[in-house]
Amino acid sequence: MTTTTTFTDVYMSPRLLAPGGTAADLSTHELRYGPLSYGDPDTLLRTVAESGLTGRGGAAFPTYRKLVAVADASRRTGRAPVVVANGAEGEPASRKDKTLLRLSPHLVLDGLQLAARAVGAGEAHLAVEDGASYLESALAQRNDPLPVQVIRLPKRFLSGQASALAQYVSGNAPLPRHQHPPVRERGVRKAPTLVQNVETLAHLALVARYGADWFRSAGTPTQPGSTLCTLHVPGREVRVVEAPFGLPLNRLLPLEGTSAVLVGGYHGTWIPAAEAAQRTLDAGDLGAGVLAALPTDRCGVTETARVLRYLALQSAGQCGPCLNGLPRIASAFQTLATPGPQANTRQDVARWSGLVEGRGACHHPDGTVRLVRSALTTFAAELDTHARGLCTASDATPLLPIPNEAH
Amino acid sequence: MDQKTPQKIDIDWTACQGHGLCAELLPDHITLDEWGYPLVDGGSIPPRILKRARRAASDCPVLALKLTARGAPL
Ligand code: SF4
Ligand code: SF4
Repeated sequence: MTTTTTFTDVYMSPRLLAPGGTAADLSTHELRYGPLSYGDPDTLLRTVAESGLTGRGGAAFPTYRKLVAVADASRRTGRAPVVVANGAEGEPASRKDKTLLRLSPHLVLDGLQLAARAVGAGEAHLAVEDGASYLESALAQRNDPLPVQVIRLPKRFLSGQASALAQYVSGNAPLPRHQHPPVRERGVRKAPTLVQNVETLAHLALVARYGADWFRSAGTPTQPGSTLCTLHVPGREVRVVEAPFGLPLNRLLPLEGTSAVLVGGYHGTWIPAAEAAQRTLDAGDLGAGVLAALPTDRCGVTETARVLRYLALQSAGQCGPCLNGLPRIASAFQTLATPGPQANTRQDVARWSGLVEGRGACHHPDGTVRLVRSALTTFAAELDTHARGLCTASDATPLLPIPNEAH
Repeated sequence: MDQKTPQKIDIDWTACQGHGLCAELLPDHITLDEWGYPLVDGGSIPPRILKRARRAASDCPVLALKLTARGAPL
């Protein structure tokens, strides 16, 4: 894996990431965390429930409830579930899963075995875009009760969407499917399927070892534990850090010289810097943990237009409203990003946003609309300036990472 | 499915081709957006139109329109 990330800022004693940025092999891993013991599935499930662990892939869904739903579906259908560790991380601004898999692969693999045990799975997969061979050699060091197949995913924003992932593991194209019945009931080759983000599995491996109280000793009573974040601060290397929920955002990002912060990535929200200064790390809007500071000399509308163009191209093009609406919204934002007359463009964007929301097989339209609406609000003054033919930004260098961007 | 289970209209967006037939059959519950795709009112189907709703489901050329029990898991 090529990610280069430093860990100069420490917000807590790290739980997940091997210290010093050095990857932990199996013996280092076992020395550090102690051996893994499985215990019985019911005890594990109870501990997970008490820990309050939620998914770290973006939706923050309670892990315990997901495990139970899959186990129930298995009982109902009489089919052994499939477990898929989701390391897709299609979000271009996020690096935390890749970093975790490189530094602490065995923590994720422990978690995968535990999750498989908890739901009684008969099959386990680890799906990644990068580093498949590295992970295969990590797997070869282990003596796992359930063999794990590493799946190499195509690099697309939506490859990690649960139903797309289940399709790909089944041997089909990685496209989202209609959500009824849901993947947890009918996923990989129609078996009940647990798709769980790799960071969630790593936390699970620690919850199983050290218990719920230990897990809850970081974070807040309603949002216990810690989370990995990818921090984008202009002029600095992109960093992955581990931080407890409830930590003030201004501890993570320097907000002077910043006009706005993108919270949660490309399906996330722009918030003005003044508001960000009042906020804490919150699972409700953190998405997959991306935090990006927009310097005052850059144009947030232009950055949003770049992201929207990328998001429109990433639409799987299966669903009419998404296929029609996203490209229109993206090109309207290009108009808004260009200083000059806007006519009804902002109203068009608002109307199209309403038309795509909730009308797709996956949440891609909803996430896109979230970003759009936050940009219209947070950058309202800049949009007015553009309408008058001006732009306050003095630096037009692209800021946010967009793969294969055409210029 | 049980007559009494409240049902709602569910569109499989990966299948729907915007044929618009459903909007003709259920004009009070389905309209078409500016691209020709169905806009469904989210409520449960009143019993008196259940029959027509079933017909819309079976007549949809790509079987994209389904009637599902309310509260079906997301
Ligand atoms: S909503 Fe959009 S991205 Fe999602 S499956 Fe449909 S067309 Fe693809
Ligand atoms: S009849 Fe079927 S394909 Fe046509 S608009 Fe309605 S749901 Fe879509």
